[in-house]
Amino acid sequence: MADRIMETAAAAPPNEHPSESPRQDNEVEGISAADFKSESVPPVERTTSAPGSELPSREGTPPPLPPRPKTIHPKSPEAQAGFSSLRVPGGSSRPSLQAQATTALSVGDIHTQSGAHAPRPSSSRQVSFAGFGFMRKHRGSDAGDSISIRSTGSYAPTLETGGEVESIVGDVLAGADNPAWKLLTPHLDGAGNFAETLFPEDSAFEYAFMTEFDELDAIDPDGSNEELVMNQFKSKLKHFLILSSAGKPIWSRHGDDRQITNYIGVVSTIISFYQGAKDVLKGFTAGDVRFVVMSKGPLNLVAISRFGESDTQLRVQLESLYMQILSTLTLPNMERMFKARASTDLRRPLRGTETLLSALADGFTRGSPSTLLSALECLRIRKTHRTTINNTLLKVKSPNLLYGLIVAGGRLVSVVRPKKHSLHPGDLQLIFNMLFEAGSVKAGGGENWIPLCLPGFNNTGYLYMYVSFLNVNNVNEEVTERPSTSGGSDEEVAILLISPNKEGFFELRQMRDDLVEQLSKNASLNIIRDAVNLGRLSCTDIIPGTVLRHFLYKSRANVQFFMPSFDPYFNTPIARRRLLTLYNHLHTTLHTRPSPTPKIHHVSTPHHMALAWSTPLFELYAVAPSPATTSRAALAAAANALVGWVRKNEERVFIIGGGVF
Amino acid sequence: MADTAGGNAPKPSSSVKLVLLGEAAVGKSSLVMRFVNNDFQENKEPTIGAAFLTQRTQLPHRTIKFEIWDTAGQERFASLAPMYYRNAQAALVVYDLTKASSLTKAQHWVAELQRQASPGIVIALVGNKFDLVSPEGSAAAGGASLDDESEEGNNDANAEDEDAEDSDARKIPTAKAAAYAAEESLLFYETSAKTGMNVQEVFTAIANAIPEASLKGPRGSGGAVGGSTNLGGGQNTENSGRVNLTGASGAIGGKDGCAC
Repeated sequence: MADRIMETAAAAPPNEHPSESPRQDNEVEGISAADFKSESVPPVERTTSAPGSELPSREGTPPPLPPRPKTIHPKSPEAQAGFSSLRVPGGSSRPSLQAQATTALSVGDIHTQSGAHAPRPSSSRQVSFAGFGFMRKHRGSDAGDSISIRSTGSYAPTLETGGEVESIVGDVLAGADNPAWKLLTPHLDGAGNFAETLFPEDSAFEYAFMTEFDELDAIDPDGSNEELVMNQFKSKLKHFLILSSAGKPIWSRHGDDRQITNYIGVVSTIISFYQGAKDVLKGFTAGDVRFVVMSKGPLNLVAISRFGESDTQLRVQLESLYMQILSTLTLPNMERMFKARASTDLRRPLRGTETLLSALADGFTRGSPSTLLSALECLRIRKTHRTTINNTLLKVKSPNLLYGLIVAGGRLVSVVRPKKHSLHPGDLQLIFNMLFEAGSVKAGGGENWIPLCLPGFNNTGYLYMYVSFLNVNNVNEEVTERPSTSGGSDEEVAILLISPNKEGFFELRQMRDDLVEQLSKNASLNIIRDAVNLGRLSCTDIIPGTVLRHFLYKSRANVQFFMPSFDPYFNTPIARRRLLTLYNHLHTTLHTRPSPTPKIHHVSTPHHMALAWSTPLFELYAVAPSPATTSRAALAAAANALVGWVRKNEERVFIIGGGVF
Repeated sequence: MADTAGGNAPKPSSSVKLVLLGEAAVGKSSLVMRFVNNDFQENKEPTIGAAFLTQRTQLPHRTIKFEIWDTAGQERFASLAPMYYRNAQAALVVYDLTKASSLTKAQHWVAELQRQASPGIVIALVGNKFDLVSPEGSAAAGGASLDDESEEGNNDANAEDEDAEDSDARKIPTAKAAAYAAEESLLFYETSAKTGMNVQEVFTAIANAIPEASLKGPRGSGGAVGGSTNLGGGQNTENSGRVNLTGASGAIGGKDGCAC
């Protein structure tokens, strides 16, 4: 139910108040960090027409209700288009949409309630990563992001054209009567398990999600199974397409040339139509599918999603794919290729990196807290231990080192960097993806020497990365050589040493040997191993008896996040995906507008309660069980307790500063 | 394949720097994985950059420690190849028996090595993916290569299975590759990383073919390592700003010579 409610807010209201927004911004600045002193969630009292249901905060702007058809047939595509199709729990028990009045938690409310408290201790801590701008970069375009052709036509030169475009796409990709769409139609009698689960059952979605990562069958030479394969293609919940502005396919997550050619042609035509009209196409909706287009120089990137993600979130994902391409080619190289020949086939120079792009895309489809928050996760160890590791890295640092990182179980343990340069989270995400998601580096065994461009650092040239995996669980033997190729477990510790020196392999290899020797001597390897083997804490480890089932806590200043284990409530991929979808929606409500902080947003459904809380210092997203068993006050108290815990453990769960030379 | 260094202390030990070159997806990494870990993975993902591995091979009279550079086959990495073959004493140039273009690419690599690598470099031409060609072909060529330690022997034996070439996935006749190998004085093997056929043999043959004179002590590649390190040291001062990446790599490229 929350999905539906929130999607209503996300998709429908066209933010057509450009003249208003600056003024809004000023107001926002008025409520600055210092104004929000309270550590407590202000008690939020309000009435809602449907018990247990809340609406997203509208931040002071009058909440324009989406234009709705007079009668909504629950199964009609129009009805589906308005809200997230995937998880509409439904049927007769569902209160009608019209009955749910929009109540807004205004900024003013929070301001009044928190204004009396003493100023929070200043947050003048050194910012360790420069990725602060990463989110902000995308915010500028937010205003228009949620505008869809269908609902407003505002990006279409004329309404008529808008309709035409929509029908082209509707036919091809998202015809309401195509089998894939039917597959996704929620079972109307499936919902109603109020007691145990945090999310409603939806077997159709589960089925679709389970097959999401399967390869398409090959089309038989006689073409007899073509329709079947096309249906497989269409039933994917998420697609990514990358094409050149000349309309050449570059990469697609699903399907081979034969299957995607038509779509590439259609998408390319649509994009160039709008470019021709000097009106850049940003996105459109067809049925239950959201299309988001991002044009980057000679490339067009398209995300096609049925997950109900916001345009901003899809754009972050496209940005990440784009950075992966730059990481392979560098910007000047790519531009040179297209300058020399506009019809360049970029697949050739990108050959071999398809797996990296696919691994990124699948991470987004599975749901990635790191991408959602544009932040990194660190291994939780004591501050003194981390300091020891940082100092060891600094001590053995070789002259040509640019960045030195220790990563364990996909989480950052330690970073050393030059004073002048910070490390961009987007760059780190590409590296993590290469090392931990795509198997290519880990599977090979041995040590690796990888030329790569870190676009966030400098998109014009290559750096060289030395990678060595240690299996710390075999410390007793010899840590130096990796045992076998097939291992590749989470317990592995990776040492990454990045240098601008192309010939630096043996230098960095020596540094690694020294580092490993020192780390085992001062017992740091054991500490890392123990921390990795311990895994993430569960919510109840953190706060005994808490009602929280899962949360994401992002420290804005450190561009890092902290979260508990997905166990025991979200240990299947599908449960994790649903949780992340909920986080997506919460994130959207915090970020759809130029964001006034602090801001709090509650969601209640029969299945779960959730909270999104944004302050200048952090963003918190938390989930608790259904309102039947948990009160909102309990959720607020739990969130407060958590924030207190994180503050106390800040130097354990985050890398603050890191080693600097 | 197990690391037996401990038990063989008395034998003299030498390092041999070896580089694998060849078109993408011919099975370079799989050959190395078979040699080093006696393991095989279907659908291995492409190598990025290069991987560095070591493995010891026992010869009757000495232990050879291979220091292997497994390079990525994609074209965009081709410009980095000199860095890997510059000091190499041996090279494995790999092609895919089932893909005609891959032999052409292998021939380019051989030519480049003969032109640019150390004069004494031992080059082995290896046709991989033997498991994909038909069983009868398999018997003939497998036997041929297994029997022979020398390249001459290979030529004779391989002439016999010309008739097997059309019947299966094989696109490159053994005789054609063998003739080319003989002409260029290369070691020649057909291998299967999947079944392990001839993999150990290739490396043993290379170890045997390295001239005794060019074998150094246990830290045989120490010279090369030192060279790199010194180079790095020189690089360091001018590069302390670490901003001008392109400039930095260009400067390094210019100093290639002094690393040997």
